[in-house]
Amino acid sequence: MANEVKHVNKLTMLSKGWNAVFMVILFIVALLVLIPMLLVIIVSFSSEMSIADNGYSFFPSEWTLDGYKYLFKTGDQLLDSYIVTIFHSLTGTLMSLTVMTMFAYVIAQKSFRHCKLFTWILFFTMLFSGGLVPSYILNVRYLHINNTIWIFLLPSLVNAYYTIILRTFIRTTIPDTLFEAARIDGAGHFRIYASIVLPLFKTGIATVGLFSMVSRWNDWFTGMLYIQNPKLVPLQTLLTKIQNTIDFLKQNAAIAGTPDGVTFLRQLPDENMRMACTMMVVLPILFAYPFFQRYFVQGLTVGSIKG
Amino acid sequence: MVRTGTNVKPKKKKSKFRKEDLPLYVMASPTLVYLLIFSYAPMCGLIMAFQNFNIQKGIFRSPLVGFKNFEFLFTTSDAWIITRNTVCYNVVFIIVNLIISVSLALMLSNLRSGLYAKTMQTIYMMPYFLSYAVVAIIVNAFLHRDHGVVNSILRSLGQPGKTNWYHQIKIWPPLLVFVNAWKHVGYQTVLYLAVISSISVDYYEAAVLDGATKWQQARYITIPHLRYIIGISLILSMSSIFRGDFGLFYTVTMNSGMIYPVTDVIDTYIYRALTYLNNVGMSTAAGFYQSIVGFFLVLIVNSIVNKIDPDSAMF
Repeated sequence: MANEVKHVNKLTMLSKGWNAVFMVILFIVALLVLIPMLLVIIVSFSSEMSIADNGYSFFPSEWTLDGYKYLFKTGDQLLDSYIVTIFHSLTGTLMSLTVMTMFAYVIAQKSFRHCKLFTWILFFTMLFSGGLVPSYILNVRYLHINNTIWIFLLPSLVNAYYTIILRTFIRTTIPDTLFEAARIDGAGHFRIYASIVLPLFKTGIATVGLFSMVSRWNDWFTGMLYIQNPKLVPLQTLLTKIQNTIDFLKQNAAIAGTPDGVTFLRQLPDENMRMACTMMVVLPILFAYPFFQRYFVQGLTVGSIKG
Repeated sequence: MVRTGTNVKPKKKKSKFRKEDLPLYVMASPTLVYLLIFSYAPMCGLIMAFQNFNIQKGIFRSPLVGFKNFEFLFTTSDAWIITRNTVCYNVVFIIVNLIISVSLALMLSNLRSGLYAKTMQTIYMMPYFLSYAVVAIIVNAFLHRDHGVVNSILRSLGQPGKTNWYHQIKIWPPLLVFVNAWKHVGYQTVLYLAVISSISVDYYEAAVLDGATKWQQARYITIPHLRYIIGISLILSMSSIFRGDFGLFYTVTMNSGMIYPVTDVIDTYIYRALTYLNNVGMSTAAGFYQSIVGFFLVLIVNSIVNKIDPDSAMF
């Protein structure tokens, strides 16, 4: 494919002028994307003094590592949140992949008599859903999985969209003849699934696994809605909590203006620590993503194929 | 769990059941059980929209009240405001993101340097991997009343710079469109770029031999090839036109009450009715309204697409 692209470029090369214009436009867009993120990085290294004087600035008057130092010193909550997030991202993804690939294998069998029915049972949930409130009542009132680790694992176990992508992957990468040959040789479905399908469609699994892992890592809503136990608050929820608490307390303390309030505010996490915390949440994904970019692009393309 | 799959289903058409299919039922059963509990049971839970729900009594013993919850919802102006906001924002998001991402993909695919294109692509996709919790903090870094970049700049220009941007209705509609584009355009650009790079070189060679300019190639080869994928993603986004992006409208706006008239969407309304007002009945009614209208929208859009271009239809 790389060769083809080069070939096209040579044949139908853009004129130098337009090429330059495009490069400048694209560069400006890249700046628009990067500058807001850059601000967070810079503030996380700015000293409290400089923030108090000039606000959040791209050019702080003083640089410091205090935000990170403070974060790691008082970081018990951060550590707990890291553990919860890593655990539920990994475990949840593994559980999901196991269940979803099995179902995808089943609905990829065109000869299976319930193939259509099962696909529809799955597909219908993409079109219609009970919505937030019935699920909330179900989880809290009947299943009692709020405030437990299960709330991160069970309700998000199967994603209809990913399962259909997996099915499309199986259908497009593994030829029907291969299945038939295996059947003739006497292999049962379990055998075919475990020793033919899984090894042959590692890319598909990696793609969906990565998408699933990222959305779990980035999930702040589940934590906000269902978790009160501080030991179970995931990273992203911790971030929103810190943000909201600081703003709330600052507004209130300003109204009250009591000496107690003032001392309390002094002990609050500083602005640069808040940004340092944001960095700690974002970095793992931003570092990992360029290495996995190939899989994401692949997933995007397959996801748009009608199966 | 497994037995329901193997015993109940075959009874209807016993003759067609094949023993070697048994493993298929076993493999499908975890997902089927999951769907039953976490997808289909909540659908039945929509009955709460017609109940005066009481958490102690639960869903089976709460009294029915008919359409009371809906009356409550639709007699205020809330229903109209949240519907208008949800639909209008989504339509604008779809159009704006489509135009920007197709233009970016066209430009990237024509660059002379592949490395440059690749680097840009990687940068554009970064915001897609940030959660709205993080995006909200980034936006706050600009809009914060005391430390925010915007107010700092205003102050350096001699303005007072004391505006609380979370109280200013005017700035939010364009700002939300920008934040949404910032987060999602990269993803779509990469998608369109992947499709463009899969177009066969032959078309372009033939076009060049016939003396087609670069613009004509884009107009008559690349864009027609993108039509199918654009169609699919339009349908997919049309089907969720009744769903507001909770992260965007709740966290990025810091749930600021002053700007609800332009930021409140169905999803944030449901969330607040549930958690702040504890009004289960009404929030379910709003959810019911959202699910039903959304569902029929999908059916309508799909049948229209089926008439025009059956290949692009979802089902």
